[in-house]
Amino acid sequence: MHLDHPHPGPAALSADAHRPDGTRRALRIGLGGPVGSGKTATVAALCRALRDQLSLAVVTNDIYTREDAEFLLREAVLPPERISAVETGACPHTAIRDDISANLEAVEDLEDAVGPLDLILVESGGDNLTATFSKGLVDAQIFVIDVAGGDDIPRKGGPGVTTADLLVVNKTDLAPYVGSDLARMAADAKAQRAELPVVFQTLRGGTGVTEVAAWVRGRLRAWTA
Amino acid sequence: MTVTGVRASARIVARADGRGGTALPVLDGEGPLALRRTRSAGPEAKVMVVGAMSGPLGGDRFTVTARAEQGSRLHIGSAAATLALPGQAKGEARYDVLLHVAGDAELCWLPEQLISAHGSDLRITTRAELEAGARLVLREEQVLGRAGEQPGRLTSRLTVRIAGRTVLDQELACGPGATGGWDGPAVLAGHRAVGQLIVVRPEFAQRPVRAQVLGECAALVPLTGPAALVSAVAPDALRLRRLMDEVLTQLGCGERP
Amino acid sequence: MSRAALLVLADGRFPAGGHAHSGGAEAAVKAGRITSAASLEDFCRGRLHTAGLVASALAAAAALGVEPRELDAAADARTPSPALRTAARRLGRQLLRAARVTWPSAELDVLAREFPKGAHQPVVLGLAARAAGLAPEDAAHCAAYESVSGPATATVRLLSLDPFDATAVLARLAPELDRVADSAVEAARRVADEGADALPAASAPLLEVMAEAHAAWPVRLFAS
Repeated sequence: MHLDHPHPGPAALSADAHRPDGTRRALRIGLGGPVGSGKTATVAALCRALRDQLSLAVVTNDIYTREDAEFLLREAVLPPERISAVETGACPHTAIRDDISANLEAVEDLEDAVGPLDLILVESGGDNLTATFSKGLVDAQIFVIDVAGGDDIPRKGGPGVTTADLLVVNKTDLAPYVGSDLARMAADAKAQRAELPVVFQTLRGGTGVTEVAAWVRGRLRAWTA
Repeated sequence: MTVTGVRASARIVARADGRGGTALPVLDGEGPLALRRTRSAGPEAKVMVVGAMSGPLGGDRFTVTARAEQGSRLHIGSAAATLALPGQAKGEARYDVLLHVAGDAELCWLPEQLISAHGSDLRITTRAELEAGARLVLREEQVLGRAGEQPGRLTSRLTVRIAGRTVLDQELACGPGATGGWDGPAVLAGHRAVGQLIVVRPEFAQRPVRAQVLGECAALVPLTGPAALVSAVAPDALRLRRLMDEVLTQLGCGERP
Repeated sequence: MSRAALLVLADGRFPAGGHAHSGGAEAAVKAGRITSAASLEDFCRGRLHTAGLVASALAAAAALGVEPRELDAAADARTPSPALRTAARRLGRQLLRAARVTWPSAELDVLAREFPKGAHQPVVLGLAARAAGLAPEDAAHCAAYESVSGPATATVRLLSLDPFDATAVLARLAPELDRVADSAVEAARRVADEGADALPAASAPLLEVMAEAHAAWPVRLFAS
């Protein structure tokens, strides 16, 4: 990344930390993970938790366009002009990793249209355990899995589980019903991730998204420091 | 024996007559491009191309030039469809239409269909040159073959320029000898009638039309200038015309009685 | 001139956003007009000789050094569908972003400054080829190839078409593609004397009309 060496010229190229006018751009956090693990619900909860203190926007990458964007609109977590959907040509991982150009357009257009922004959440379309975000697109990434997807996922590893800056194990309230062993998941995650943080959450009651929101705030403090 | 084709030309100039109407100081046509002024109410002069023979045939060269001068209103139609036929002369036939519209003038070019008969070979160009503030309604419809007939070769280019800037440049080539894929899923997909309708109005600069899908195979779109275009393909001439008429009415420029 | 640079620019994995565009194939598949390798070939052939030829000539002219603004206006006049104009500009902006990192050049920086919302993709492609030290012929081939490779790849995904069959379609089109690129370069060379009117204006009514319909779909896999 060229954090301190913005490219010359009018348009930011990739991971530059500055916008064309020289101001610091928004922190970009990616949320990836398998289909149905609760990425969109986590994005919605994060927006509700952070929108009063931060200027936020969301980019969604659906398999089919707009499904997730429309969920966010229905839930009214952000005004529509702060939500942008990117088509992925049936390859969600390509759009967040191999060819990030459409997503970069989307985040920059959001900053132009509704900026200045503090934070942009980029939500991947549901994909497999190898789908990670390019460092050219996001500054940090959250990988969301859920207990119902099998308690062996942390043990299996894969780039998402192993390298994401934050691993979220979602839907812990379902663990008793699907026979998932949370302690074992925690131990396996620790083994795979060493010091990288893991959050167990349920968005139905309890502390909800609080821990993830706190982690995001921490990243933002580091970004603006 | 060398057979040369027919050369025919028509020239029309429309001028405001100073009494709120439009005069036609020039109205010259010949043979297949004979012209008649027809009765019309209001400020508009109405002219019909009354082709005295079918054509163009291979080797023929037709030219129509129409000029609507400042403040005039000119409407040009044709009495019948134009039928491109094979001829004895070698080479393609050409049909060139050149339209000039001055600022604060209006020209409606609404000829009947051009039918490309089997064995014919025609290249038609339509060029509209508009000054800033000019108004234009231009329709062109091409029918590929008479009923149940394979089409001839037809190449048509339509260019519209407003205040020196080209806002539309489209060429369509079809029939035997045209480049591959012309009847395939990207271009015509078996449709036998294809048409374009362009409407230029100064007010479109501020309020462009909204893009709109019309039925299965047509769309109304704003161009990059004070102009709107309907592009359509249809199974036959009748259905194409019905669609064109609907849009003309919607845009408030339907046929006046 | 580097032949390898052409491979880099023409690589389907060159990160310029093309993977999310079907070149009209998604709409044609839904309309039942592309159902097989044969109809894909017919679609691609039609696209090659219309939109492909125009893109190829624009790219060649840009690579020859024709004023981008003039070419961009010519592209507008040859693209009646606003959905396609938007897609072409978006792809142009994405390509410009990738090209500026890949082959840094003052010309590309100027283009980015003049077209903050993006220039038509073939115009950018021509200038990217120039920045990569490639010839107008290379730019023309690249644009012509993209006009068919995009729909072929998209159709593999949309119809689960056998990828070997789809690639064979591209191989069969290769001789025609060479001819299209040659005539595109020939037209581009005339632009210097005759202006942008010398550029081909071949059009495909269904591509334009269906692009408008596709843009209005609430649910789609591809951006165009």
